[in-house]
Amino acid sequence: MTRHYSALSLFKEGVAGQTGWEKAWRSPEPKPRYDAIIIGGGGHGLATAYYLAKNHGVTNVALLEKGWIGGGNTGRNTTVVRSNYFYPESAAIYGLAHSLYKTLSKDLNYNVMFSARGILTLAHSEAGMETAARSVNAIQVNGIDCELFSVEDVRRVVPIYNFSPDARYPVYGGTWQPSGGTARHDAVAWGYARAASRLGVDIIQNCEITDFIIENGRCRGVVTSRGAIRAERTGMAVAGHSSVLAAKAGFRLPVNSYALQACVSEPVKPILDTVVISPDTGVYVSQSDKGELVIGGALDRIPSYGQRGNLPVLEGVIAGMLDMYPIFGQLKMMRQWAGIVDVVPDSSPIIGESPLPGLFLNCGWGTGGFKAIPAGGTLLAHLLATGTHHDISRPFDLDRFARGRLIDEAAGSGIAH
Amino acid sequence: MQLFPCPFCGPREESEFHYGGEAGNLRPDGGDVTAERWAGYLHMRHNSKGPTREIWMHLTCGEFFAMTRDSVNHKVSGSSVLGETEHGA
Ligand SMILES: Cc1cc2nc3c(=O)[nH]c(=O)nc-3n(C[C@H](O)[C@H](O)[C@H](O)COP(=O)(O)OP(=O)(O)OC[C@H]3O[C@@H](n4cnc5c(N)ncnc54)[C@H](O)[C@@H]3O)c2cc1C
Ligand SMILES: [Zn+2]
Repeated sequence: MTRHYSALSLFKEGVAGQTGWEKAWRSPEPKPRYDAIIIGGGGHGLATAYYLAKNHGVTNVALLEKGWIGGGNTGRNTTVVRSNYFYPESAAIYGLAHSLYKTLSKDLNYNVMFSARGILTLAHSEAGMETAARSVNAIQVNGIDCELFSVEDVRRVVPIYNFSPDARYPVYGGTWQPSGGTARHDAVAWGYARAASRLGVDIIQNCEITDFIIENGRCRGVVTSRGAIRAERTGMAVAGHSSVLAAKAGFRLPVNSYALQACVSEPVKPILDTVVISPDTGVYVSQSDKGELVIGGALDRIPSYGQRGNLPVLEGVIAGMLDMYPIFGQLKMMRQWAGIVDVVPDSSPIIGESPLPGLFLNCGWGTGGFKAIPAGGTLLAHLLATGTHHDISRPFDLDRFARGRLIDEAAGSGIAH
Repeated sequence: MQLFPCPFCGPREESEFHYGGEAGNLRPDGGDVTAERWAGYLHMRHNSKGPTREIWMHLTCGEFFAMTRDSVNHKVSGSSVLGETEHGA
């Protein structure tokens, strides 16, 4: 059985007709009891499983997913990875994730195709430039690479932009994070799953959590479509469905679920080698390694669990994109889809013990949690293993809403959600 | 484009409406409201999957009203003028 991915193993399997590869992860039957349970097989849940085993030696762990791993937002996002955030608390969490992303392929022995192609956030007015300068200052003080770009800098990096004098969204400049970029979203899920499974974690798909086992006011496990499974500590990372599970556990969350849409064009030759975000048009674009233009935009206007999105928002996104890049006027769109994201009033995640002791939360990443997966996993694993906060997760506890210490990152997220 | 029923203007395009929150989220009264109760009013939500009763505003006529909607398939089963107990927006 060939387990490790390397030039030598590729060569050997090539000669042997690709017959010896072992499955990327095991699919065992669920056991009745584990040391820890993780609900949700997205990037955050899978990373939690991996770091629980790797950083804390806790390997008797079940990861339970109602559908298939990576089938939620982790497989539906536009793959942007960056850490140019405004507040020190946010810079710490996204900075940790970014630094882990840089070496993730090696760490997991799985190519997650992290590509530091740079990220440009545009400013379309003089006032926008002042805000950009303020952001750059804050981000630099947070110790993260970021520069202020002039119009000439933008022209150098994105020559296909609409620089004509009658452009509806003229460019005044922007902010530039050279180390930002993209990573292959499916590979992040699969890489963590494979690495966690090899350390002993049981990854169980088609296993929906329908209730919690609550005894003496503590969470002692879960009831699933495949039977009851017990553990003294349970973590949940179910993104858009956090409120649904919270209701079963007997509490509410400061979360509204919304659909967020994206679309991709037919593949074309290389034309855009960076990620461009425009907060004013609400549109961001990058080009995938296959050549498709990957286009994301605003959050849907209506709270929703309908995982398809609606037309008025998509129309606005396409209109904004064509205004910025008239050259894309002939492009054909291949696919459109949506994911259900968990939006929190201060646009920051919720990490910490829930009001039900023994149940721990990792949610509220909203529209921006792909970039945070390695950090979300590290921090939830720390909580599950030790029962206490890591220094980086403390400010993100649910208690911040009653204490009034919100971390209002709406501006730092670079786009209006 | 979906049509939403404004109780004052009749069916109009969805883009004319603004979501105003869950119905029945009443502002706490009095001087001795706990931090938890305030946080509950300001931030905590049921965020139900399925049928929900919500406050909406029709931007064109400027009126608030209550609407019953399914958050999964977006079907609207009715809308009504706000009653005394639903002024929670
Ligand atoms: C269109 C779009 C574009 C985006 N673009 C970006 C981007 O460019 N950069 C960025 O950083 N972020 C982006 N995001 C956000 C990012 O995708 C999410 O924040 C992130 O994937 C959340 O990961 P997760 O593991 O928490 O959730 P998910 O990947 O959604 O995983 C949650 C899992 O929980 C499972 N689950 C739910 N209920 C149950 C249950 N009862 N029992 C068992 N399992 C259950 C679900 O099936 C799902 O697989 C985007 C999101 C969307 C939708
Ligand atoms: Zn009206």
